[in-house]
Amino acid sequence: MNLRSAASVCLDALVKFDPRYLWHNPVLLLTEAGAVLCTFIAVSEALVHGPSTSGGTTLPAGFTWLLCFGLWATLFVATLAESIAEGHGRRQSSHLHTADEDVPATLVLDYDQLKDAAARTARTEQTTAGELKPGDVVLVEAGMQIPADGEVIWGRASVDESELTGGVGEAIRQAGTDRTAVTGGTTVSSDRLVVKIQVGRQDSVLSQTLKLARGAQRQKSPIEMALNTLLASFCLAFMLLALSLNLAVSEVAAPISIPVLIAVVVCLIPTEIAALMSVTGIASMYKLLQRGVLVASAKALETAGGITTVILDKTGTITRGNRTAVEFIVLGGTAPDTLLSAAALASAQDPTPEGRSIIELANQLADGTPSEGQIRQWDQEGGTPVAFSASTRMSGHDLADGTKIRKGSQSAILAWLKAQGTAPRREIVAQMRAEALGIARNGGTPLVVAVKEPGAPGRALGLVDLRDVIKEGVSERITRFRELGVRTLMVTGDDRVAAATIAAAAQIDEVVGDATPQDKLALIGQEQAAGHFVAMSGDGINDAPALAQADIGVAMNSAAAAAKQAANMVILDDNPTHLVDIVEIGRRQMATRGALITFNFANDVIRYFTLFPALFVGAFPGLAVLNILQLHSPASAIISTVMFSVVVMGILLPLAIWGVPYKAANLQSALSRNLLYCGVPGLLVPAIGIKIIDLFISMIPGF
Amino acid sequence: MPWLNAAGNLLLVAAAIAVLYRPLGDYMAWVYTASGHLRTERWIYRLISAKPEQQHSWRGYLGAVFSFSLAGFILLYAVLAFDGMGPDLAFNTAVSFVANTNWQSYVPEQSISYVAQMAGLSVQNFVSAAVSMCVAVALIRAIAAHRAAALGNFWVDLVRTNLRILLPLSIVFAVLLLACGVVQNFTESTALLPGGPVASQESIKMLGTNGGGFYNANSAHPFENPTPISNLMQVLMLLLIPFTLLRTFGTMVSDQRAGYALLLTMSVLFLLVYLPLTYFELHGSGTAPQLAGAAMEGKEQRFGIIGSTLFATATTGTTGGAVNSMHGSYTALGGLMLMVDMVLGEVAPGGAGSGLYAVLVLVVIAVFVTALLLGRTPVYLGKQLGTRELKLVSIAILIMPVLSLGGMALASALPYTRAEIIAGMGNPGSHGFSEVLYAFISAAINNGSAFAGFSANTPGLNTLLGLIILAGRFAPISIVLALAGALATAERASSRSAELPLHRPQFVGFLVSLIMFIAVPTFIPLFLVGPLAEGLMP
Repeated sequence: MNLRSAASVCLDALVKFDPRYLWHNPVLLLTEAGAVLCTFIAVSEALVHGPSTSGGTTLPAGFTWLLCFGLWATLFVATLAESIAEGHGRRQSSHLHTADEDVPATLVLDYDQLKDAAARTARTEQTTAGELKPGDVVLVEAGMQIPADGEVIWGRASVDESELTGGVGEAIRQAGTDRTAVTGGTTVSSDRLVVKIQVGRQDSVLSQTLKLARGAQRQKSPIEMALNTLLASFCLAFMLLALSLNLAVSEVAAPISIPVLIAVVVCLIPTEIAALMSVTGIASMYKLLQRGVLVASAKALETAGGITTVILDKTGTITRGNRTAVEFIVLGGTAPDTLLSAAALASAQDPTPEGRSIIELANQLADGTPSEGQIRQWDQEGGTPVAFSASTRMSGHDLADGTKIRKGSQSAILAWLKAQGTAPRREIVAQMRAEALGIARNGGTPLVVAVKEPGAPGRALGLVDLRDVIKEGVSERITRFRELGVRTLMVTGDDRVAAATIAAAAQIDEVVGDATPQDKLALIGQEQAAGHFVAMSGDGINDAPALAQADIGVAMNSAAAAAKQAANMVILDDNPTHLVDIVEIGRRQMATRGALITFNFANDVIRYFTLFPALFVGAFPGLAVLNILQLHSPASAIISTVMFSVVVMGILLPLAIWGVPYKAANLQSALSRNLLYCGVPGLLVPAIGIKIIDLFISMIPGF
Repeated sequence: MPWLNAAGNLLLVAAAIAVLYRPLGDYMAWVYTASGHLRTERWIYRLISAKPEQQHSWRGYLGAVFSFSLAGFILLYAVLAFDGMGPDLAFNTAVSFVANTNWQSYVPEQSISYVAQMAGLSVQNFVSAAVSMCVAVALIRAIAAHRAAALGNFWVDLVRTNLRILLPLSIVFAVLLLACGVVQNFTESTALLPGGPVASQESIKMLGTNGGGFYNANSAHPFENPTPISNLMQVLMLLLIPFTLLRTFGTMVSDQRAGYALLLTMSVLFLLVYLPLTYFELHGSGTAPQLAGAAMEGKEQRFGIIGSTLFATATTGTTGGAVNSMHGSYTALGGLMLMVDMVLGEVAPGGAGSGLYAVLVLVVIAVFVTALLLGRTPVYLGKQLGTRELKLVSIAILIMPVLSLGGMALASALPYTRAEIIAGMGNPGSHGFSEVLYAFISAAINNGSAFAGFSANTPGLNTLLGLIILAGRFAPISIVLALAGALATAERASSRSAELPLHRPQFVGFLVSLIMFIAVPTFIPLFLVGPLAEGLMP
């Protein structure tokens, strides 16, 4: 951090002295009121020149001024904590921004989906992102920024999302698929898209998250609100004490001076908790943002800490999503080379990665198989590629000599052979079934390749084993879930056997295949009834109810708008393993808060011993016994306790930003650990800290 | 040797409670859940035109508590005024008996007739204790309820508590006390001391944690509490209902472990007061205690230190307020322990009924704090606790400091009462301050015992303390019933497995520390000026 940003953070902290800002943080507001009052008294004392006494002790000159300094410093450090957390987070997420208001946009007037889906002839008008309303249709061409969050209704284009994900670049967005969502501020790098605007600029997920994280309009989470109520109760009790103490003891003891009473109140009200609680929230938000996770509310982040079950919605989220050919299996007495070249030919018109992978594997295994180039050449000589169609569920090639090659699922090929007038031999069919089952059991998808040469009966040549490969790092992530005590479930519409195999390979605890969206919803309800807190990832429109039902719904950035709306969090780079980050950061946040609360309350116990005896020891010298820390003088004890608040906040701030390490454990041992590791230091640190400060203060003449 | 004696005394009382815990607790649970009515009860319902089948909402329940208490107050005030008591003293006495406090500014055996004792004060001894128990039961029902706004019928609870619980128990114990030598007659004077229907009064005075003695000397009087045996029995009577109600609680919410956790909490708090108190009294410094071997000033020879401190712990830990020794004569630090016992909020084990609802308020806070520390949703006995519940309990814990501290400040600020305080202090300096402090704490928490020496029978103090007693009674009851209303309708948390077990020693330890952390700090500065300044005098 350079000098300039340090200055700006300090300035920001000073701006937060505004009582209107502190209004929502009653503890700090009370501290400020105390500081103001103390300053008035310091000034007036200087004017009237009376030596001030308190509870029978004569206070040294400069006591009130030193106290003023301590109180203002406490307040400054408290507001500074928040400013630092915000500044820290802002730098870390500086790559994130929403589309600026003046980004140009091409608004399509009178968009007609039926006649002119591509908006080639429709009237357009140049406008800016700031002017767009939900429901507007805009045209975005290569090189243009997408002006606001929306859904692709026509076209297929590659979109540069590095603005969002901070690294991973291009993503394909296509109308009519489940990857239709585009985010304002990203850039279309090729082709053109017609986009229907979903939300206004201000309401986009990103701008909401940034708003939330930058603190100004941060809503308080339920836990924070509960804590505030408790803290307010403590504040009132100590206020009451300060207001009534002098009156109540007036028959027997000399009054305590007002600055000393202020010091007592400010030291005993939980200033540290009040200042650092929001810091932990802000820091956690930014940590997630840095990992590409947008969080819709402070509450969601808190809930995330309690997650005990994670539901992944499809195999595609943990595999590369591209099935790849890994093996050819011949049937009957077919020569391997025949199968290889037939498979390659059948895949010629298959532009999908799996089609290409078949050709690649075939070329790799045998030199004689035709390459893509050769196939194209044959086509020019009269061959006709047959594209995959939903009705035939096959793709293939008709060669110039009348030979027909097909590849497809078992049932489709059997039907095709039948249609060609051939019934394959029974033992071939049996072998085919057995091999196909074997492939499926191992997590692969079996494809059958068949050929019908003119004049000869059609025959099944063999099978291709297509496998989905699990993404790198997924297993480690799933293991991490286990360490956190989180159960992983996969509930997927994919084939039962394949899903089970992939789940086993990725070490997922349980799997439910062939699931309908209703099944997903029911399963979440079941898990919740069994006492689990459920996080679920999803991206289809169908998933929206399940995402809403789950305690935490996590949508992928490319998800349908409905799914995104139903979710509490959005993962920008579409990598669902960020669920681990979400749970982990949520847990860390709660562990950090618990640590701060225990630590601060334990601090108070020591403060009772440093402050209270000092109040009346002048009138009742016997109370000196209670000065267990052997502090130099009452004045020094009070000033040291105030200064300690400043110091301890400085120590705790990095802890609040980084978070304390979280260790998975049952709640009972978590509580024990919290009380032991935070409570004991909470007693020792102030005892030592106040004593050390007291040594310094006692060097000031008069103290 | 004295510690062996102390252990023996404690064990006797504990054993008696242990024996009665299940049968009496379950009996009370049956009383509050049984559907039929006795014939006598039906007559009473007809007489007061109550509809026993009607269920009260929390507001309805509170309204009934208020109107019943108001009627009781007016009646008692009339009886006392008719008996010749001055208006401020009659107000103070009436309020304090209706509020189950029994702060006695008057000298009973001299200033009150038998009729007023029996028809006025004794009746309130019964019904004011019953009201506390009803409120506690309403709160239990709310916790046990499943999305029901109804808390039961106050009139039914009230009549049953009196007829089925307090009356039979007090008859049994009156006979036992008679057997121990407590007097029961209508003779104005037995030898030199006035007699009276003492045993019958005494038994409900202790069972209902009332504390208003027949004699000014209260349970130190040989006719009220003649022997060490009767003394132990009185301690047992003070602790009996507060402790066995925990069984009732466990049975009604179908979770005995919850009851045991509270039992453990209260017992620990009891010991945390009793042990240091006994130590301080045994090792009192100063010439007189050292000559006597212990701080025997103001204690009865027949009870000794052990019998006195046990009684004192029981009476300050319940809202009893009966005394068998003069609390003002305890060592300064011993006196501090007695004040701490009350400041804890009367939960060690607290008054009949009021102890249970007071501790449940603190449990709600403890559940919230553990939930905060662990980042979980606060759940107690299957009820999800929300902001509304937290707000209510946050106010509840402020009532006691506001009334005692604020009341004391107010009394010192008003010239009229200030003069009364200064004139009323029995001692100068710190000890005098302790007397006043004790009085305000005792009134605010509805205990009723006094640090003898302070004369508070003056118009200003009678009125002010009366008002504090009134607020100290009805503010918590209002909040507890509002809490019951919130809990009754609260979302039933689905049994999410990962909840902190709230019956283990861990939570009990946490609860005990939290109770001390909440209650004591605001009073430390006052303790410093009072008992600590006195006790630590070089």
